[in-house]
Amino acid sequence: MQRKHLIALIAILIIAAMALAACGGQATEAPKPTEAPKAQPTEAPKAEPTEAPKEGGVKPADEIVVYNWSDYVHPDMYKMFTERTGIKISEDNFSSNEDLLAKLQGGATGYSVIVPSDYTVAIMIEEGMLEELNHDNIPNLKNLDPEFTKLYYDPGNKYCVPYLWGTTGIGYNTELLENPPQSWEGVFKAKESDPWYGRMTLLDDVREVFSAALIYLGYDNNTKDEAQLQEAKQLLIDAKKGVAGYDTDNYEDLVGTGENLLAHGWNGDFLQAADEYGNIDYYIPEEGGTIWIDNMCIPKGVTPEEKLAAEMYINFVLDPEVGKMLGEYNYYATPNKESLAIADPDYKSNPLVFPPPEIREKLRFIKPLGEFESVYQRMWDEVKSAQ
Amino acid sequence: MTERLRRHPELQAWLILAIPVIFLLIFFMAPLVIVFVYSFLERGKYGGVEWVFTLDNIRRVFDPLYFKTFVRSFYIAIVTTLVTLILGYPLAYFIAKSPPSRRNALVFALMIPFWTNFLIRTYAWLTLLRTHTGLINVTLMNWGIIDKPLPLYGNDFAIILGLVYGWLPVMVLPIYAALERLDESLLEAARDLYASSAKAFRRVTWPLSLPGVVAGSMLVFIPSLGAFVTPAILGGGKSLMIGNIISNQFLGAHDWPFGSALSMVMMIAMLIATLIYFRWTKKSEDVT
Amino acid sequence: MSAPMPPPTTLEHARWERFKSKLGGWSLTTYGILAFAFLYLPIVILVIFSFNDSRSVSKWSGFTWAWYGKMFQDGQIMLSIWNSLFLAIVSTIIATVLGTLAALGLERYRFRGKTAVDSMFYLPVIIPDIAMAIMLLIFFNMSGIGFTPWKVNFFGARLAVPYSVIIGHVAFNTSFVAIVVRARLAQMDRTLEEAASDLYANAWQTFRRVTLPMLMPGIIGGALLAFTLSLDDFVITFFTSGAGFNTLPVRVFGMIKKGVTPKINAVSTLMLVVSLSLVVVSILISMRSGSEDSVTIGM
Repeated sequence: MQRKHLIALIAILIIAAMALAACGGQATEAPKPTEAPKAQPTEAPKAEPTEAPKEGGVKPADEIVVYNWSDYVHPDMYKMFTERTGIKISEDNFSSNEDLLAKLQGGATGYSVIVPSDYTVAIMIEEGMLEELNHDNIPNLKNLDPEFTKLYYDPGNKYCVPYLWGTTGIGYNTELLENPPQSWEGVFKAKESDPWYGRMTLLDDVREVFSAALIYLGYDNNTKDEAQLQEAKQLLIDAKKGVAGYDTDNYEDLVGTGENLLAHGWNGDFLQAADEYGNIDYYIPEEGGTIWIDNMCIPKGVTPEEKLAAEMYINFVLDPEVGKMLGEYNYYATPNKESLAIADPDYKSNPLVFPPPEIREKLRFIKPLGEFESVYQRMWDEVKSAQ
Repeated sequence: MTERLRRHPELQAWLILAIPVIFLLIFFMAPLVIVFVYSFLERGKYGGVEWVFTLDNIRRVFDPLYFKTFVRSFYIAIVTTLVTLILGYPLAYFIAKSPPSRRNALVFALMIPFWTNFLIRTYAWLTLLRTHTGLINVTLMNWGIIDKPLPLYGNDFAIILGLVYGWLPVMVLPIYAALERLDESLLEAARDLYASSAKAFRRVTWPLSLPGVVAGSMLVFIPSLGAFVTPAILGGGKSLMIGNIISNQFLGAHDWPFGSALSMVMMIAMLIATLIYFRWTKKSEDVT
Repeated sequence: MSAPMPPPTTLEHARWERFKSKLGGWSLTTYGILAFAFLYLPIVILVIFSFNDSRSVSKWSGFTWAWYGKMFQDGQIMLSIWNSLFLAIVSTIIATVLGTLAALGLERYRFRGKTAVDSMFYLPVIIPDIAMAIMLLIFFNMSGIGFTPWKVNFFGARLAVPYSVIIGHVAFNTSFVAIVVRARLAQMDRTLEEAASDLYANAWQTFRRVTLPMLMPGIIGGALLAFTLSLDDFVITFFTSGAGFNTLPVRVFGMIKKGVTPKINAVSTLMLVVSLSLVVVSILISMRSGSEDSVTIGM
C-alpha cells in the first residue's frame, strides 16, 4: 500500500542517482568560450608555432586551469592556444587580489596559471607560494620591454611575467564637466560650490584611496609613518561629505550616465566606458597617481606536466601577435615591445593607455606592507564609519 | 525494540537527531573549532597564522570603533527586522487566507524573484534609487512633484530598504507555515466568543503564529546584522557594518586571527541574544 | 478595539461584522497585490535592461536581443548555470532531510544536552560567512576530504561538482530548514497524532500519514529557503570549490569587476523564465492530479 509506494520511490531515487553518477563519466570538458565569434577577423597568426619543448621526458598536461580576472583575455586566445599546442584551457575568475590570496593561503590548488597584481606577487614570492619559471620554455621573454624585466617585486622575471599594466587616476564626464580639478586638492577639499561636490566616487579600496591622499600630501604612498597616515586619514574624513560613495565596480558607468561627474578609478575601465558613452575622459592629477602591473605566475603545487603547459601558455601570451590582440581588446597597456611595434597606431599613441614620460615619473607602485597593513585597515575603518 | 523505543523518548530523540548532529559536528563544528583556535594565535604576515598563543586579538575586539560599529549594525538589523515583520505578516496572512489551490502558486511567486541573482537585484534597485539618474527621482522631478532629488541612495534608508527587500520572503515563509494550519472554524468560534475580530486576532491568531514570527525574525535579524554587500552597494560604501569589518580582516588586512576573534565574539553575543529571545517568547507564549 | 459605532440590534450587528470582514478581505487583497508589486519591481527593471542596446544597466538606449546572443555563446556562463542549479537541488534535498530530522528531534523531545544541540543548530545561521568559508577551506585541506568532483550528467550537461561545495552548502542550509520546520512544528496540534497512534498503533505510520502531511508547508518552506540561499551564495562557494568549478554567483562577482553589463541581466532573466515555467508546469500537474492532498504545499 502506502509503504510500497514509498519504498518504490526511494528505490527509484537511488537508482536515478546512481545512473546519473555513472553516466557522468568524464566531466568538465574545457568549457568553450571560444566557439562564439568565429567571424572575428583576427586570424590565428601561424608564425613561429610554439613547439612543445621537451626535457627530461616531461610532456605537457592535456588541460590546464587559468585563474584570471573576468573578461581579461581576448575571446579567441584560448582557442588559438589549443589549436597550436593541443592543450585545453579552462578559466576560473576571482574578483580581487585579496580573494585570490586568501583562497591560495587557505590551500586551494588546481590552478596552473594565476594573474595577480604586482604587490600580490611580492607577497606570494615572500610566502613561497610561486614556482620558479624555467626560462628555456619561455623563449618569447625576449619580447618584453626591458623596463619590465627590472620590476621591484621580481627582478629578472624569476617568478612571473607581466601581462598588462595600467594606472589609477580620475575619469570625468566631458559633457557635464568642463574643467575637472587638475589637482587632488579639488577632490579632497571639494567646496560645495564645485559642481562635482557630492557627485564623485572614490575607489572602495584602502590602499588606492590612501595612496591618493598621501600623494596629494606629498608623502610616500607606502609610508609606515603613523603621523603621516593620521593626516591622510583626517583629510579623507573631511572629504567624505563631498563624496557620493566608495565604489570599485560600477563607477565608470555612473560617470557615463551622468549620475556622477567624476570618479577615482582605473584607466582601462574608463576607456571601455568611453567607448560606450563617448563622453568620458581620463587623466592623472598633477601630483601623480598609482601604477599597477598584472602578471602571469605559476602557483606552487602544480605537477611538472602542468608547469610545462603553463610555461607554454605564458610563452604563447608573449607572442607579438597575441600580445597585440590582448592589449587592444582590453585597453590596457602591453609590456611586450614586439606587440607594440605592430600595434594599431590608435592604441599605441593613446596617452591614456601609455602615459607620456613626464607623467610616468609621477606614478607610484602600491607595495605590500606586511603586518602594518592592519594599521591602514584600522584607519580606513575609521574613515568609513565617520559620520 | 519498538516497544523499548517508545518507552525511552530520549533514545528516540537521539535516533532522529543522530545523522544531522553527526553531519554538523564534522562539517560545521570542526571549522568552528578552527575559528576558535585561530582567535588565540598570532597573525601570519599575509593571512594564515603563527602558532603562538596570544590574547591580543580578543583585547582588540573591544576597541571602541568596533563597538560603535556593532551598535550601529544592531540598530540597522533591528529596524530591518521590525519593518520586515510589519510588511511580511499581512503578506503571510494574505497567502494563508487564499484558496488552497492558489497558495502554492503564491508561495512560489514569493520566492521566484530571489532565484535571479543577488548582485543583479541590488543593482536593479540602484537603477531606481540613484540621486540624479534614478528612475524614481527622475519621474518625480519630471512630474514636478519635487524640485530637488530625494536622498534615496547612499544612506541608511537605502541599506534598510535593500535588506528588507532581500529578507522579506524569509520572514513570510515561517509565518505562513504557522498560519496555514489555522483552522477557520477556530477563528469563527473565537469571533463569536470575543465579538471583535481585533480581539480574536490578538487572542487566537497571533499566539498561534508566534513560533513563525520568532523564527522569521531570527532569520532576518541575524543575516542583516552580518550584511556587508548591501551596505557597500546601496549604502554607497559610506558606512560600515560589522560584516564589513570582519570581511576586511580576512581580505584587506590579511589578519585571520583578528577576523576569527571578531567572529567568535559576535557569534557568542548573538547566541546569547537568540537564546534569551527564545526563552522570552516561549514564556510570553505560555502566558497567552 | 471594538466597533466604533455600537450597533443597536443583533441583526445589524451581524451585518456590520460581515461588512467589516469583507472590507478586511479587500484591503488584505490590495495589500497582497502591493506587496507582490514591491517584490517584482526591481525584477521588472532587471528584465527590461536585459534588452538594453548599450553596456549600461541604468540608462535606456534602445531594444536589442544582442545580450542574449552573447549569453548563449558564453559556454562558461551556461556551464555555471547548470552547476548552480545542480548544486542547489542536491544540497536542498540533503539539507531538507537533515533539517527536518533535527527539527523533529529538537521540538518534540526533551533530553540531556538539548541546549547544547539547540545552540549548535543556530550557529551556522549566526557565523559570518567569510569566516565559515575560509575555515571550511582550511578544514577540507587538512582533512583531505572534499575537492574530488562528483561527475554527473545533468540534463545533458556534464558537470563535476566538488563534494566540498555540496557539504558547505548543506552545512549552512540545514539550520535554515530546521528553524522553519520547527516554527511549523511548534504550533501543530498533537491531538491528531495521538488519535492516529491510538488507531494505527505504528509510530512510522503515524508519522507518515499524519505528522508528515501536516508538516509539509514547513518542509516545503524550508526547502524553498534553502534552495534560494544556495542559488545565491557566493562566499562559501568561492572558497570551498576547487579549481574548475564555478557557479553563477561566482561568475557574476568576477564579471562585476569589469563593470555590470546587461549580459548578467540576460542571465538572470533566463533563470527567471526557466524557474517560472518549471513552477507553473509542476503546479498545473499537481492541480490536474486532482485531490487536495496531492497539492505540494498545504493540505
